[in-house]
Amino acid sequence: MSQSLNLENIRKDFKYLANKKQVIYLDNASTTQKPDVVLNALSDFYRYSNANVHRGAYHLSEVATAKYDQARQVAADFIHAKSSDEIVFVRGCTEAINLVASSFGQQLNAGDEVIISAMEHHANIVPWQMLSKAKGIKIRVINLTESGELDLPHYKSLLNKHTKLVSIAHISNVLGAINDVGLMIEWAHEVGAKFLVDAAQSPAHIQIDVQALDCDFLTFSAHKHYGPTGVGILYGKHSLLERMVPYQTGGSMITSVTYESSEFMSAPHKFEAGTPAYAEAYGMSQALIYLNELGINNIKQAEDDLMVYTLEKFKQSDDLILYGPKDNRIGVFSFLVKGVHAHDVATILDSQGVAIRAGHHCAMPLMHTLSVPALARASLGVYNTKSEIDQLFDGLKTVKKIFSNE
Amino acid sequence: MNELLQLYQQMIIDHGKCPRNFGELENPTHKQKGFNPLCGDQLEIFLIIDDNDVIQDVKFTGEGCAISMASASMLTELVKGNHIDKANGLVEDFNAMLVTQDVSDEAMERLGKASVLEGVKQYPSRIKCATLSWHALKNACAGEGEATTE
Repeated sequence: MSQSLNLENIRKDFKYLANKKQVIYLDNASTTQKPDVVLNALSDFYRYSNANVHRGAYHLSEVATAKYDQARQVAADFIHAKSSDEIVFVRGCTEAINLVASSFGQQLNAGDEVIISAMEHHANIVPWQMLSKAKGIKIRVINLTESGELDLPHYKSLLNKHTKLVSIAHISNVLGAINDVGLMIEWAHEVGAKFLVDAAQSPAHIQIDVQALDCDFLTFSAHKHYGPTGVGILYGKHSLLERMVPYQTGGSMITSVTYESSEFMSAPHKFEAGTPAYAEAYGMSQALIYLNELGINNIKQAEDDLMVYTLEKFKQSDDLILYGPKDNRIGVFSFLVKGVHAHDVATILDSQGVAIRAGHHCAMPLMHTLSVPALARASLGVYNTKSEIDQLFDGLKTVKKIFSNE
Repeated sequence: MNELLQLYQQMIIDHGKCPRNFGELENPTHKQKGFNPLCGDQLEIFLIIDDNDVIQDVKFTGEGCAISMASASMLTELVKGNHIDKANGLVEDFNAMLVTQDVSDEAMERLGKASVLEGVKQYPSRIKCATLSWHALKNACAGEGEATTE
């Protein structure tokens, strides 16, 4: 099935490229643009299939429910989960981690330890801090090596019988590093700890196989893989989900309610109180199907080619400092232009039609570790081209020109 | 490109690269941190305000983009030697130029060199970079807590 991507056809799927003032969109690690197939699925759902799910004894509700259930199966298949019962629909990756911290966190006690790393997004730091305040658990942080990778010997030294959970980014949103979570999960399980993979950056770029990884939890949002905002998934091993208390409560998640007490549904439904974002979940499934049709390995190959091309350009520019590892990475490029603040870089690039991110990338502790106040970041999506990368570097020449007072 | 060149004109680049009055004051009567949580820019402003409420000296430290550094640099030049009432009036003029964008010609004249930052108003995401130090100065004079742009 291996075939290379037809970039020309892919670019036809994304209408933002038809804008008169064409944007060179290089902020894909933040959120991606949406293909027509997703946008049409959303609008068709709301136009022709809209009814609340799991409620009405009428055809339209059954149609909507079927699509919602289908979306859960698509997500399960995409990450190679055993069953769709292991997929909880949430608002996004942030909510998924908060759900685990708040619900699985109920099982933790003072003195228990949660391990995170020095390259985590705030969404994988703050929920554990809140848990630490509530339950007296201890947060341990894996160091980075000089080359910007996780220090695995340090990780090993942190694992002990008090470790109850390890929660690590699959791919760093700043450094682009792909962490060897497979090995890390093995080590965590040896001391009886559970493992959460924060896969926020993964689905659009690399294959995810929760059974091969043997992770206990895995989380991501739809909007970073060409799907809509407001929806994402928490994957959890079913036995674990069953042992967890509900996160939020209300309608849709109960089997019976009296004024004294309530019975809850089984997982995943007990974690989905209220009307879910069912149309968005369906939109998400269409984005996953879109990725499947392109082929995640084909995408990886094409993005790797563009990444190598971009890395070479960075190498040729003495005035640019690139952060992150050389290998085992995706096309996320955090960098500095010597003598110019990241925000000035972003503003000047924007005036050349190139959209990149500048700032702390929701990873202030990492910025502190790297001793930088802010970084500029360009990140690739499936629609980006070599010529767009050329224009990024042309834009960077303008930055240098303006700041060298020429 | 013209708007861009107005934003990054020579004087702003110069003040951004070599900010005036940069550094700590040893015995400030007032000091104030300013923080822009959106981008992580932070600075601290130090003042010596005498018994007559006149700003005898002012300096700042910090890290940030060219706009925030240039703005702080120009601010310190502008307010040094002035009564705090006048300094507060200048903060209002500056806000009128960039935030409410209903600035009078007189106010622009009062802002002097700092009026070159008017081009920032074309860049909504950068306005807070420019106003950070002015918030901090205002809070410092009033003896209020840390200034943020939020």
